[in-house]
Amino acid sequence: MRSAPANEPSPSELAPVRAVFRAVVVTVVPDAKQLDEPNWLALEQLVEDALEIRPPALRRQLRLFLRAIEWLPVVRYGRTFSGLRDEQRGRVLRYLQDHRLERIRCGFWGLRTLAFLGYYGRPEGAHAIGYVLDARGWEAER
Amino acid sequence: MKRRSYDIVIIGSGAGGGTVAQELSSLCRDGVRIAVLEKGPKLRDDEFTGREVEMAKALYEDGGGVLTAEQTMTLAFGSAYGGSTVVYTGTSLLPPERVLQRWNVPGLTFADVEQRARKYMAENNVHLLDESLLNENNRLFVEGCRRLHYRVQQFPVNLKGCRGSSLCNLGCPNQAKQGTNRVQLPRAERNGVEVVTRCDVLRIEDKKVFARVSERPKDGKGEPSAWEPGEHQIDAKLVVVCAGAVNSPALLLRSGFGRSLPRLGHGFTCHPAFIMVAEHDRPITNFVGHPKSFYLDQFAESDHFLLETCMYFPFITAKAMAGFGAEHSRMMHAFPRLQMILVLACDEVDDHNRVALDGDGRPVVHYRFTPEVIHGLVRGAITAAKISFAAGAVRAHVPVSHSPTVERADAVRLDRIAENPEFKPGKLSISAAHLQGGCAMGTGPQNSVTGPYGRVHGVPWLYVADSSLFPNSLEINPYLAIMALADRVAETIRKDIGALL
Repeated sequence: MRSAPANEPSPSELAPVRAVFRAVVVTVVPDAKQLDEPNWLALEQLVEDALEIRPPALRRQLRLFLRAIEWLPVVRYGRTFSGLRDEQRGRVLRYLQDHRLERIRCGFWGLRTLAFLGYYGRPEGAHAIGYVLDARGWEAER
Repeated sequence: MKRRSYDIVIIGSGAGGGTVAQELSSLCRDGVRIAVLEKGPKLRDDEFTGREVEMAKALYEDGGGVLTAEQTMTLAFGSAYGGSTVVYTGTSLLPPERVLQRWNVPGLTFADVEQRARKYMAENNVHLLDESLLNENNRLFVEGCRRLHYRVQQFPVNLKGCRGSSLCNLGCPNQAKQGTNRVQLPRAERNGVEVVTRCDVLRIEDKKVFARVSERPKDGKGEPSAWEPGEHQIDAKLVVVCAGAVNSPALLLRSGFGRSLPRLGHGFTCHPAFIMVAEHDRPITNFVGHPKSFYLDQFAESDHFLLETCMYFPFITAKAMAGFGAEHSRMMHAFPRLQMILVLACDEVDDHNRVALDGDGRPVVHYRFTPEVIHGLVRGAITAAKISFAAGAVRAHVPVSHSPTVERADAVRLDRIAENPEFKPGKLSISAAHLQGGCAMGTGPQNSVTGPYGRVHGVPWLYVADSSLFPNSLEINPYLAIMALADRVAETIRKDIGALL
């Protein structure tokens, strides 16, 4: 028998890992550096909404993965991910993207997808790249 | 638990369920009680806003983010009044004769399927778009194909009054697309069929359907269900399962039919796909106009791929491109200059690829990329890039390469990429639509789940009528084929109705 929908989510999935999440987002989408606080909150709300319908185990994995990203660079760079320079962060994420273990690559793909969702899923993010939503189609174009 | 009683219960309202509902609705005149149970909501016309994340959440299963068990591919399918016909682009192709012959289902002939499909082509206004309504994204594809002497073809589409919003995949905001939500379901309702939305069927047991109706979420879209929220038991003399290639086999597995039907859930196929994006040196019309007007299928048999024009929205486009960072951002900023081509691989039934259940009874799709599928995606990406260069693109984004950006001046690199591609599951963003199989038609339980007319082996009161019936890949966009098969199942039910009820 199928159980009821996923358990109640915690008030915020990202709150405990916010610093590293934002550091990942600006590495994945460099334009995100220009975001002000209200836009960061809008970005994070889209991500929280997407996570809300995912199974609790997947949400736990995401937090764990973000924590691993934060601490992984200490071994090589002597700093956490949030404290690295842009090119160092890029190197860490490329390492995960190309990892020999499929599971790690999938984890990074999921995180990258959330970053894109939050950034380009906002009307402001879509507008910034020249996308115009207009249901009138040709009428609006001509 | 509330109890209700119907003569016929149809589960799902997409191309299969909507068609069956319409075709059986004439029985309502004789007092036959029919209900369609649809898991998704029914949206009001003014709720189709075209906003990417909002509409994906409202119209797709899990917002369009259903992952395979391996987490290397997402599956996109609709969950709404009208099922996936609300979110497809209206492309309506006749099934290929060679495929139907290969399926080898007794009594299933191309002539029969074609005749039924043509009925729905007329009913749903399928036609070729007038040239004046074709945007440059589509024209460039045609131009590139013709320069390379490829046999490009125009998609027949089921539109009426298309304004060119390009928002087909988010539900047409102008109600132009003639899916079952616009044609078959309203007609069925006028004839007396009841359609119950937000009604998730949990299991089926000996002519009983157990379902859970959910409340309209406070900030959600769509009308409330016709039934009160909570658990319902529906007694039915006949049940027709049309919940699609993931949910139909999952429902039957959850209901215990797997014990006598070893092929249940097996034979799942789809079109694994990604986008090849190319940049032009000037803005082109791309996010205005119908997004998917042309296709190229001449390599389907030899190289296992199809190419189709497409235009996606900012988030989906960002996700679909490989990589991240400055280079990725630069391509995204070229959005008004982007040409997009969808690369779809044609797969075949593979033992590993199947629908199963997790510990909570939810569907899990196991899928691995066979060498043929990988070959198809690689060859398709290279061919798509060559088409875009032939059409004048200055650079192409080829996701199956270590460095995906290929400049026109360096186009010779494409052949080297073809010889030494980078295909890393989990790194590439692959998504599949056109999900098929899982309750295949055949001759007996050893090779199939249903008989040639959709009746589940050994269960005379239970039918299947959707894309899960396909014994193998259809190789093309499946909606007309689903409607034709559903029509065939409905006709069988109508003929036998005296004995069945």
